[in-house]
Amino acid sequence: MLRVIVRRLLQLVVTLIALSALIFIWLRNLPGGPVDALLGERATPETRALLTKALGYDQPIHVQYGKFMQRILTGDFGNSIRTGDPVIEVIGRAFPATVELALAAMIVAVGLGIPLGYLAARWRGRALDHLTVVGTLLGISIPIFFLGYLLKDVFTQNIHWFPPSGRVGIGLDNTNITGFFVLDSLLTREFDATADALWHLILPAVTLATIPLAVIVRMTRASVLDVLNEDYVRTAEAKGLRHRTIRGRHVLRNALLPVVTTIGLQTGALLSGAVLTEKVYNWGGLGTLITDSITGSRDYPVLQALILLAALVFVVVNLLVDLSYAFIDPRVRVR
Amino acid sequence: MTEPTTQAGTPAPRRKDERPGRAGGASLNRLGDRKKARLEELAQASAGKGGVSLFRDALRRLRRNPAAIVGATIIALFVLVAIFAPLIAPHDPVQRFDELTSQLAADHIPGATDGFPLGSDELGRDLLSRLIYGSRQTLFVGVLATLIGLAIGVLLGAIAGAFGGWVDNILMRVTDVMLALPALLLAITLVALASKSSQWTVILAVAIVSVPVFARLLRGSMLAQRESDHVLAARALGVKEHNIVLRHMLPNAMTAVIVQATLTLSVAIIEAASLSFLGLGDPNRDRAEWGAMLGDAGVRYFEVRPELAYYPALAIIIVALGFTLLGEAMREAIDPKNRR
Repeated sequence: MLRVIVRRLLQLVVTLIALSALIFIWLRNLPGGPVDALLGERATPETRALLTKALGYDQPIHVQYGKFMQRILTGDFGNSIRTGDPVIEVIGRAFPATVELALAAMIVAVGLGIPLGYLAARWRGRALDHLTVVGTLLGISIPIFFLGYLLKDVFTQNIHWFPPSGRVGIGLDNTNITGFFVLDSLLTREFDATADALWHLILPAVTLATIPLAVIVRMTRASVLDVLNEDYVRTAEAKGLRHRTIRGRHVLRNALLPVVTTIGLQTGALLSGAVLTEKVYNWGGLGTLITDSITGSRDYPVLQALILLAALVFVVVNLLVDLSYAFIDPRVRVR
Repeated sequence: MTEPTTQAGTPAPRRKDERPGRAGGASLNRLGDRKKARLEELAQASAGKGGVSLFRDALRRLRRNPAAIVGATIIALFVLVAIFAPLIAPHDPVQRFDELTSQLAADHIPGATDGFPLGSDELGRDLLSRLIYGSRQTLFVGVLATLIGLAIGVLLGAIAGAFGGWVDNILMRVTDVMLALPALLLAITLVALASKSSQWTVILAVAIVSVPVFARLLRGSMLAQRESDHVLAARALGVKEHNIVLRHMLPNAMTAVIVQATLTLSVAIIEAASLSFLGLGDPNRDRAEWGAMLGDAGVRYFEVRPELAYYPALAIIIVALGFTLLGEAMREAIDPKNRR
């Protein structure tokens, strides 16, 4: 087991280094690269040359990359071109918002997805099953930003159930400790703020949850159906075990294995959806940061750090999924 | 299904005295004769009963699956509309009509009027005609992106699967790097790497995102075949190595890839729309494409006239649904688990 972990960690490092090198080289060979982005319209050949030298862009690319890696390893990603703040701070400020949103979305997706998928499989061919199958097909076919606008229109314009955008209500002064608004307000016992934060969270979380929910439901349903046909389930029935025991110990436990993989993959991919969802609800997290640093003048230092962060999260989540196998499936542990 | 599909595969009951182990050295010739006879018997059996190939078998199962029929119908309609767009569309999709532009205001986009059944778009053009012509661009972007992704992915996967060893190792690390980013994020990065976004950056970005999926799928399927009996048989018969790869391994592995391509098409169309929504789409406003219509003007004027978003969104959802339905039915049909 330990050998597997070490091997995977090494693979992760190699992947990240390769990715960082690729991004680094690409970004620096752009027409309209960082120097032009900094100077904008007023660039003259002199100022451009001056800035190129000041930023070290006149040195050979491998020297630049060495320095770049050195700085990254000490946590220095440079300053944002747009605001001038250190990239680490810019990302740190946006990070909790996205994690909160992603967590809420996964709670919705897993909490609804597994029971729904399981029930659909158990009652195969009945109304609920047909409904879930059609629903999940729609879920993966609908562009989620459109769904976001649709939900926003229905629930904030027609019936005023939820706030249309942002994370906090107007006039609410909540204490900021960790940046996770739900957690902060619980810590300080400002329960009106907790309610407000949850209130703002619901629509974006549902929007972001659509695709993972659909995928988890489908996976659970298919997997449970597979297991129900297994011989050991028939044996368990023949043995006269209670249905509850069969379902819990034999069916669900075995069926959940591929579902765990799906949950992991979907969690890693959540940032894709977050970019879209955050734009719809003006959320102000990492997704918003990505959109902002690409459209208009491009904020390369921020973009580069965000891409590396996204890759890190994605690969680590996948690693965790593989490791979690060992806890669910004893067969993997032996190998 | 009542009739058995293949008889050739089931071995005839062997008589006791026919066991090859008992044949002994002197009766080698007789053993050879018996084998020949058996082969002929088998050949006749399969000829008489009309053994069904995997492909025809899958096709037959596909025709009985209502999901596949619905999916194929949607796709056929979509392609027909795209082909005959100039005949169906009532107006020129690019022309701005005075009777429509005169009614445009910051808070008003005219709805259905005489001659314009779906009303105007944000610039005073006929929305219906743009939707009809939009099927062309959407089909173009989706199909081209998928084909490019398929071509690169198949090339990488086939090389990795054919050679194995260190070649495979390097190529798979390359796909690892591509897979290290969530799909849309990779597409965003790729578009951002180009200095200006255009229709081609969108197509390329969406294409490249699908490359690792195709590559891994093909590689896995080819590696699995390297050790399989039919490849061993071909090698034993002295078939050249490149012929084994091209004629024996690749065609068998391609089925899964083609199914994946059908599913990728729906993803490609949605991804292109998402890029438009993020402001990274095709900047050409004359070109009617559903993704751009929805992602750009559709959401920008959502509060003024939500129909600008509803119609292209509906079109995208239906077409994506069509490709998904057909793709999944195909995947089910070629799955040997479902062979009966």
